[in-house]
Amino acid sequence: MIASVNGLELGIVLALFVAVTVIGFLAANWRRAASLQDIDEWGLGGRKFGGWVTWFLLGGDLYTAYTFVAVPALVFGMGAIGFFAVPYTVILYPVALLAAIRIWSVAHRHGMVTPADFVRGRHGSSTLALMIALTGIVATMPYIALQLVGIEAVVKTIGLTGDLPIIVAFAVLAAYTYQSGLRAPALIAFVKDSLIYVVVLVAIIAIPIQLGGFDAIFGAAEHKFTATKDVPTDGVLLGNTAALGYSSLAFGSALALFLYPHSMTGLLAARSRNTIKRNMVALPAYTFVLGLLALLGYMAIAAGVQPIGDDVNTIVPLLFDKQFPDWFAGIAFGAIAIGALVPAAIMAIAAANLFARNVYKEYLHRDATREQEARVARIASLVVKLGALVVVLALDPQFSIDLQLIGAVIILQTLPAIVLGLWRTLVHRWALLAGWAVGLGSGLWMLYDTPNAVTGKAHFGGAQYALSKLPFFGDTTTTTVYTGMIALALNLLIVVVGSLILNALNAPRGEDVTEPEDYLAEVEPEPLPATPQQERELQPATR
Amino acid sequence: MREGDRSRKHWYWLLAVPLFGLLIPPIYNDADPTLIGIPFFYWYQLAWVPVSVAITLVVYTKTRGL
Repeated sequence: MIASVNGLELGIVLALFVAVTVIGFLAANWRRAASLQDIDEWGLGGRKFGGWVTWFLLGGDLYTAYTFVAVPALVFGMGAIGFFAVPYTVILYPVALLAAIRIWSVAHRHGMVTPADFVRGRHGSSTLALMIALTGIVATMPYIALQLVGIEAVVKTIGLTGDLPIIVAFAVLAAYTYQSGLRAPALIAFVKDSLIYVVVLVAIIAIPIQLGGFDAIFGAAEHKFTATKDVPTDGVLLGNTAALGYSSLAFGSALALFLYPHSMTGLLAARSRNTIKRNMVALPAYTFVLGLLALLGYMAIAAGVQPIGDDVNTIVPLLFDKQFPDWFAGIAFGAIAIGALVPAAIMAIAAANLFARNVYKEYLHRDATREQEARVARIASLVVKLGALVVVLALDPQFSIDLQLIGAVIILQTLPAIVLGLWRTLVHRWALLAGWAVGLGSGLWMLYDTPNAVTGKAHFGGAQYALSKLPFFGDTTTTTVYTGMIALALNLLIVVVGSLILNALNAPRGEDVTEPEDYLAEVEPEPLPATPQQERELQPATR
Repeated sequence: MREGDRSRKHWYWLLAVPLFGLLIPPIYNDADPTLIGIPFFYWYQLAWVPVSVAITLVVYTKTRGL
């Protein structure tokens, strides 16, 4: 470990942390609602975020600290494969646009807060909704834990040791999330994203100049990967058999991202359909930043950065530490650390909403008032954070990474119930349930059955499954495919075949509370008061 | 739904274009031509960011209110 602590860097990170903490607590008063004791207010910020707020919120939500740390680390270690994050987050928006506006409309019409609420209303199955909710919670938990890995990378680079910094950071985060709900990360996201943009723009111009240009940087990378001839999967370009794995990973990840509860929370908090459409146009700005950040992996190679211990996630903080003066490195570290807090808060809120709406209200306390719902959600958000903290502190970080791998594969299995439900398809609730179970089971099994030759792990060695292990493909092919997509294909097959059979047998369909026009509904105009007395009554709600 | 709305919906098909540009890696898995020292593989995919934004912008303006 590094023995000495860099005082200036630590001071700047602490100052930024204190600043966002104040913002987090004050956020409760921002666009003040009549009461935060309502899940629409606490959990969705009142559903009235406009274009700019939504842009910062979704940007802060989807492009997490873990992404900012892990993607360059993957490029550093493996080369071209790590760049999948770019095609992934380019096609994300065109792919998601149509579904996003439809789910926004139907959720707005029916007061749905979570993806499982929609499944409940559309397919009329509380069992299916519970499974979707639990899948969401299970997939989100390790994602929150991984945000801590992002903070940890910064803490290590500054020279601190021990768990205390992370415990304090998460305790404070839990407190203002409890207090302010979604308003806190929405406001903090302004700070986080502004810092990230400044840091990345400076880094992408200054560091290549220091290192002698991109020719030298890619040359150094080429040199490093040629030296590791025993690892055929790394390189500055994709290997011959990596193309399908690359594109299926990009496509599968793009399909999965907006199925995550925290992405849905960001979408449903928007004010209108046009707010979402405009954001689908503007959000790729973050993709560009992510692409530039990915190149930092190569710059770290060229700069001769050696990760602390075997934690490759430290390479970006170390690169900043090496190439920037201390004060600017401090700002960059602050950006990464705050970048972890925003998504962690939104994820905890999303998981808490799922618990309050789809477990507590549906199964434990059917007559719960909206106030009780909000209270349960707030307490659940504390439990979720505590759980994530325990996972990171008590278990090997590798365990969180494995869980995240699983999380991405299983969240993809909620696609049929949510996306096929958004159009007038005749999918049957029992077929959706069966498809979900098969997708989940096969996905888990394939992940278990994936060894990693480089790290020597026998199981959960990655999310690329060798086609040679599947029937019909033969033993000779070395092509791999993203595990989530194979599981999704099985899932969809069961859903389609199962629905055809169940519909032919006239199996009882669930009650669908939605109407076709609900999926196209724009925001309704605010009701205008007709009498002075009505105006007084409307005041608290609209102010 | 109005008659004009139905034909305006065709604009949504444009959203499929970035998928063809990015999900077939053999198109761009090449070092040359480089741009300021960056291999084709990297700048080609980054160049899809503005292209995709332009496409989504066209779809947004043509389908506003749908």
